[in-house]
Amino acid sequence: MKQTFFRNHENRSNRILPQEKKIQAGIKKDRTGSARARLVFFGLLAFLLLLGSVFSEALAPYDPDLQDLTIAKAAPSAAHLLGTDRYGRDMLSRVIAGSRASIFSTLLLVAVITAIGTLIGVFCGWNGKRADAVLMRISDIFLAFPGLVFAMAVAGLLGGGLHNAIIALAAISWPKYARIARSQTLAQRETAYLKAARLAGSGTVKIIFVHLLPNIMGPILVTSMLDIGTMMMELAGLSFLGLGAKPPTAEWGSMMSDARSLMTTAPWVAFSPGAAIFLSVMVFNLLGDTVRDYADPRSRDL
Amino acid sequence: MQGEKKGPVLEVRDLTKIFSRRGQPSVTAVDRVSFSLMPGECLGIIGESGSGKSTLVNMITRLIDTDSGQIFLKGRDITRLRGRALRSVYSELQMVFQQPADSFDPRRTLGHGIGESLRNSGWSSADAAEEIGKLLERCGLAAAFAGRYPHEVSGGQCQRAAIARALAIRPSILLCDEATSALDVTVQQEILSLLQTLRRQQGEEFSILFICHDIALVQQFCDRVLVMYQGRIVEEGIPDNVIQNPSHPYTKRLIDSIL
Ligand SMILES: Nc1ncnc2c1ncn2[C@@H]1O[C@H](COP(=O)(O)OP(=O)(O)OP(=O)(O)O)[C@@H](O)[C@H]1O
Ligand SMILES: [Mg+2]
Repeated sequence: MKQTFFRNHENRSNRILPQEKKIQAGIKKDRTGSARARLVFFGLLAFLLLLGSVFSEALAPYDPDLQDLTIAKAAPSAAHLLGTDRYGRDMLSRVIAGSRASIFSTLLLVAVITAIGTLIGVFCGWNGKRADAVLMRISDIFLAFPGLVFAMAVAGLLGGGLHNAIIALAAISWPKYARIARSQTLAQRETAYLKAARLAGSGTVKIIFVHLLPNIMGPILVTSMLDIGTMMMELAGLSFLGLGAKPPTAEWGSMMSDARSLMTTAPWVAFSPGAAIFLSVMVFNLLGDTVRDYADPRSRDL
Repeated sequence: MQGEKKGPVLEVRDLTKIFSRRGQPSVTAVDRVSFSLMPGECLGIIGESGSGKSTLVNMITRLIDTDSGQIFLKGRDITRLRGRALRSVYSELQMVFQQPADSFDPRRTLGHGIGESLRNSGWSSADAAEEIGKLLERCGLAAAFAGRYPHEVSGGQCQRAAIARALAIRPSILLCDEATSALDVTVQQEILSLLQTLRRQQGEEFSILFICHDIALVQQFCDRVLVMYQGRIVEEGIPDNVIQNPSHPYTKRLIDSIL
């Protein structure tokens, strides 16, 4: 009994019947289709968040910095949907205004570290030799430190402020990208198509930008998509610790920090920026996951 | 004019390449190789795997540096050229790679690859597009193949596109590094007859260095053959003569193995 089962099984697995092929093709299409649908969905959400952060001034119902002590710590109501803080500022307006500092700055930060890290990595992988050895040892040093602690030290050294927090996070985050870009470059450097491009008379810069970068960007972009959420949290974390955006600038991390003492009396003041961080980090993480699923041919072709 | 034509289009003298890596014994991949390629000639180089054929070709195309020796292209020493001067060499010297699919950028169309040398030498994209169509048709493919990606064509079609790419800039020398090895026998013959046709069309203006490890193909296709063994040229002559009277033990073994 058992033996016949095995024999049948073997026979079946050796050749693919036409209808099986069709089923496999169907599965493949479905998976790609749903990955694309998710990509569009989360991409749209992320795009809306970004749009909101760019046009935050127009979207905010009140001036986010307008103080009115007569309505300080007011609970959520029809006039102030998310309540007001200790100075009577409208929380909804402040959360919307804070998206500029949180979302826009994070995207800028991720874009900058992706570009810088990639260029350094490509340079190292392409040239090898001493510059490579030196830059990679430097990146080892950065990678060996616990990231946020190092960022705190750098931000502290530079003296707070949103700009310095971004610089601090950029300083600690580029090595990851440099590593990926370097190993990808090493893997591609000797391929025939790059040699063919050289024989076509293309110079090194052209070869790198026209042929190499498009072929190595996949894994790098996936990493940066997955990093957006992390960076958003770290930026908010630095601000929470007073090393990022300075009051009265509306920024989610510093708003939460501000609201700590009001936790028991006016919890909505801490709740709304917290929820904003939570929701945006989630949207960008899910987008990153989707991009990874979509970009990884192994998960796509299953 | 007459005197210019008589000299070799390509001459290499005492070319040597030694790969050395720390902690490992160094490998002399190419050892004092000298030969010349005459106008209109098809010169075969045959040798077993690891005998240094690819290393030799890569030195000639300057994709890797030469340790010692010299390379002359139409009498001009190109051994140490760099940058812009080196790029001008590629309008005379082109190459077809062993793995056709790997020799095209997977993210760009075949047309992009074929037109790259044209655009680099100042053609407008419209003119280049028209020329790409002509080149493809000359190599036995429909002009529409320009829009295909490397993974969307068969190995034989891809190698035809690779030949179209190599011919785009109208080189006088074509290096084929096992250009037919990755293809099945019938497609191999098609590619060879394509190369034959191109030779007939261009006569003296077009020489081929044909690297191969199949002596039957070399006999069919080449005017002269060099036998490479462990980085050295051990035998040279007309293919029929070499096959009938092999003098080096390796050549004897090679011929015995196919008879
Ligand atoms: N980058 C390199 N570093 C070290 N050794 C190398 C390198 N490239 C080639 N070699 C060595 O040089 C020798 C010649 O290699 P080459 O690729 O030229 O052989 P080939 O004749 O083209 O072989 P095949 O027919 O398999 O293509 C081999 O022993 C190889 O191991
Ligand atoms: Mg080879």
